[in-house]
Amino acid sequence: MMIKFFSQPWPWYISGPAIAGIMGILIFSGKTFGFSANLSNICSMIGLGKRVTYFNFDWKRQQWNLWFLTGSVIGGYIAVHFFSSPDPLTLSTATVADLQKLNIPFDGKLEPSAVFNWDYLFTGKGMFLFLGGGFLIGFGTRYAGGCTSGHAITGLSNLQLPSLFAVIGFFVGGLFTTYLLFPIIFK
Amino acid sequence: MKAIKYILTGILFGIIMTKSEAVSWYRIQEMFRFQSIFMYGMIGTAVITGSILVALIKKYRLKDFRGRTIQFDSKDRHWKKYAIGGSIFGMGWALTGACPGPVFVLLGQGYMVMIPVIGGALAGTFAYGLFRDRLPQ
Repeated sequence: MMIKFFSQPWPWYISGPAIAGIMGILIFSGKTFGFSANLSNICSMIGLGKRVTYFNFDWKRQQWNLWFLTGSVIGGYIAVHFFSSPDPLTLSTATVADLQKLNIPFDGKLEPSAVFNWDYLFTGKGMFLFLGGGFLIGFGTRYAGGCTSGHAITGLSNLQLPSLFAVIGFFVGGLFTTYLLFPIIFK
Repeated sequence: MKAIKYILTGILFGIIMTKSEAVSWYRIQEMFRFQSIFMYGMIGTAVITGSILVALIKKYRLKDFRGRTIQFDSKDRHWKKYAIGGSIFGMGWALTGACPGPVFVLLGQGYMVMIPVIGGALAGTFAYGLFRDRLPQ
């Protein structure tokens, strides 16, 4: 029964409050839910603080967040190996049609196998998508001082206007990529 | 031993991110194309639940597990960095279909193409640290 519930994809009205629950656990542990801070923590941990003052802080005080990161990797492993759903993803038919036009067939998995593979990675487009995309994530989240967890969940829950600016920014960048870059990249 | 608590919370987060399908590149495309309520409903219910929780904590001056009154930091009001930084991150989010948390959850799921994403993200973080004094804040 439990396994069966866990194995189904969860409806969004269950997942949303569950994410808020993670924020709650961290708040009651005296911490702040903000995943992208870990990117700075790793830079500090590997000694970059000697070269760049921005990373010159005591990363050990943020060690809890690196343990949280470690757990999230394990959680991803557990979820696909023990609670994986047998049914294909139910994606909007409009999205399926739009992606088809970009030569990305919908395969019912979480990630498109046409893109998420090593052969694609080693093309110019793949490099831009994964390496370039990663760079923009790292640069942008540090510039904005947070990502989806820090701004969209934690910041908005605390009614922070700056977080609303950040979230609007997330969409400006995302819409630009989706409507202007994707037709160039995938055609 | 404190590590265990955060690892377990992280495991829970990884499972929720996977089962919610928030880690899906397809779902992020569906969101940026406004073709389903799915991601909006999820983020919306997370924020509604979260803001009720935060309001209750403030109203009743609740304490954390170690007995200290919970405080919330206010973010500074330099809107430029939020708007510009947020837009840059948004581009990366749409490209990879993953925000920083899901990048690591997907690595755990066995998507090894997340390794270059993590490499890129660390390079981007380093570049920000290097140039931050020269950026509009």
